Amino acid sequence: MTHPFLLIDNLKTHFPVEKGFLFKRHAGTVKAVDGVSLSLRQGEILGLVGESGCGKSTLGRTVLQLIHPTAGEVTLDGRLLTGLRGRALRESRSAYQMIFQDPYASLNPRMTVFGALAEAMRAHRKIPASELPVRVAALLQKVGLPPGAQGKYPHEFSGGQRQRIAIARALAVEPQLLVADEPVSALDVSIQAQIINLLAGLSREMSLTLIFISHDLSVVKHISDRIAVMYLGRIVEIGPAALVFEHPLHPYTRALVSAIPIPDPRRESARARLLLPGDPPSPLNPPSGCPFHPRCVHAEPRCAQTVPALEPWDQPARQTSCLRLKEINTSDNPQTDQRG
Amino acid sequence: MPLLTVNNLAAAFHTRNGAVRAVNGVSFHLERGETLGIVGESGSGKSVTCYSLMGLLPMPPARIESGVAMYDNVDLLACSQRRLSQIRGRRISMIFQDPMTSLNPYLSIGEQLMEPLFIHEKMDRVSARNRAVAMLAQVGISDPEHRLKMHPHQFSGGMRQRVMIAMALITRPDLLIADEPTTALDVTVQAQILDLIRNMQRELGMAVILISHDLGIVAGMSDRVMVMYAGQIMESAATDGLFYQPRHPYTRALQKSIPALQPKGGELYTIPGMPPDLHHPLPGCPFAPRCDHARDFCAREPALLREAAPGHFTACVRVLREGIAP
Repeated sequence: MTHPFLLIDNLKTHFPVEKGFLFKRHAGTVKAVDGVSLSLRQGEILGLVGESGCGKSTLGRTVLQLIHPTAGEVTLDGRLLTGLRGRALRESRSAYQMIFQDPYASLNPRMTVFGALAEAMRAHRKIPASELPVRVAALLQKVGLPPGAQGKYPHEFSGGQRQRIAIARALAVEPQLLVADEPVSALDVSIQAQIINLLAGLSREMSLTLIFISHDLSVVKHISDRIAVMYLGRIVEIGPAALVFEHPLHPYTRALVSAIPIPDPRRESARARLLLPGDPPSPLNPPSGCPFHPRCVHAEPRCAQTVPALEPWDQPARQTSCLRLKEINTSDNPQTDQRG
Repeated sequence: MPLLTVNNLAAAFHTRNGAVRAVNGVSFHLERGETLGIVGESGSGKSVTCYSLMGLLPMPPARIESGVAMYDNVDLLACSQRRLSQIRGRRISMIFQDPMTSLNPYLSIGEQLMEPLFIHEKMDRVSARNRAVAMLAQVGISDPEHRLKMHPHQFSGGMRQRVMIAMALITRPDLLIADEPTTALDVTVQAQILDLIRNMQRELGMAVILISHDLGIVAGMSDRVMVMYAGQIMESAATDGLFYQPRHPYTRALQKSIPALQPKGGELYTIPGMPPDLHHPLPGCPFAPRCDHARDFCAREPALLREAAPGHFTACVRVLREGIAP
């Protein structure tokens, strides 16, 4: 592996929680992202999965400097992003862009498609006005929209088309890194497939590095090279997508994989389900030790005391944080299920 | 005799821009204790079908254009409000996607749980309370005595959905309609709720209509499945038959476009074109403009649901006429 293109080093994003109206007092800290380290190579697609409140969106936003981290560093292509302020920060933004879940909310309803795309282009590059129409048309073609879309407003498009416009707008500044936060969750299955194909194709053609955030593991498995699983602000497992999905190591990942309904009635009724008790805990008041231990079937007293670190398993690329990893994975538990 | 028989149901929304034919000639039946899954994309009419049966459509703009829905010798679509109120919430219950918007934020969980008992069973406070405590325990809420006094905002999403289920089942209905009951929940919590619905169904022996956009959920829960598109039933069959021998190109297209069933990394199948405009229903099959297998006659002949194999119904004219290679 050559030098990492995107390097995230021990990133922490903590939010103070205050109570009271006039006399605010500090009531606690939500550790939304609590010590995440990752490295991505250029053109890689990393899937980031986890349940609501696990900090996956906050991590995505912190990487893109939409939220300033409490601690830690983000380096993109040798350039330190954390610490950039003002003009330098604004100018750096052409290298990284974000796509949001809801294309209805992230597009300005009073701007035509041409307006939205041209604005993004001109904000970052000196492009003569005469060149804009050609460039916008090329961009629309790249995301699979007809050139006639230029003069229309967002409300004239369907959800899937709007997401294409949002993708086009993100690509308008020719970024190298894209963070897509639940980009297909608001879309119907048949439209989902179109957007997944589009993102995978763009990443391949433009060697675009992509962080794909989703709660839907089967979508993430499909598009990603690697998958990182988050729980309460930490990464609990990371590895090649197919391995994480088919042979999950961490008890949480196992439960997550076994909870996904498979659209195949016989496999669905035959497989054993690992039902997790309870709800994900509140990040305001996280459990001591391993954050997963209150819901874990394998938990021991020591799990409540020691915070496990990410450690490599059978290969360096495959890491997981569980104190009982060896015992759990060698005492041969019935593998959750085998998927294609 | 089936528990519920729906015949030729049609419902439309009359707007300034003309009528939107949301449900167009839907017929089906449901046996006692059976689980019927209804799948379809947004706008396919799956929710409107069930809202029509429950008398929950806002009228106007909605209007039931035609149809009969016989439930225990009562036509749900034609009976008086009074009669419907006696059935709804007692014999037929419904749970919705978002438990927060369907619970009253001002009332304690206990008040809301006991309300159907006061109304439908004229129960006194003490026995209603006991029943509510027992029901909460049954849906897996610990310390139910204490929880009765709490308000909805003090519960997590999964717990609220458990409360909703407790509320729906407290009168021991014969039929539960669940409209995307887990769409707003996390996967691990979704698994708990589906498990709960399955167990409660076994205990109470009730029938379930499960509406979902997720083929996976329907595969694991249903005895029979109905696939809807543009307000019509495209295919209806026993679950195994529908998944392993689909007899409608739309069902196949849906299966091909889900990443869960496809080899990793490959190009996913996408359905060309756009979802239909329900303002202007097509004379023929509504899926014909997007169908890989469409022939000339598909755009002309109405797509009516017919039996292609025992218990397996399809609306595809071409499958019925000449068959399509799998």
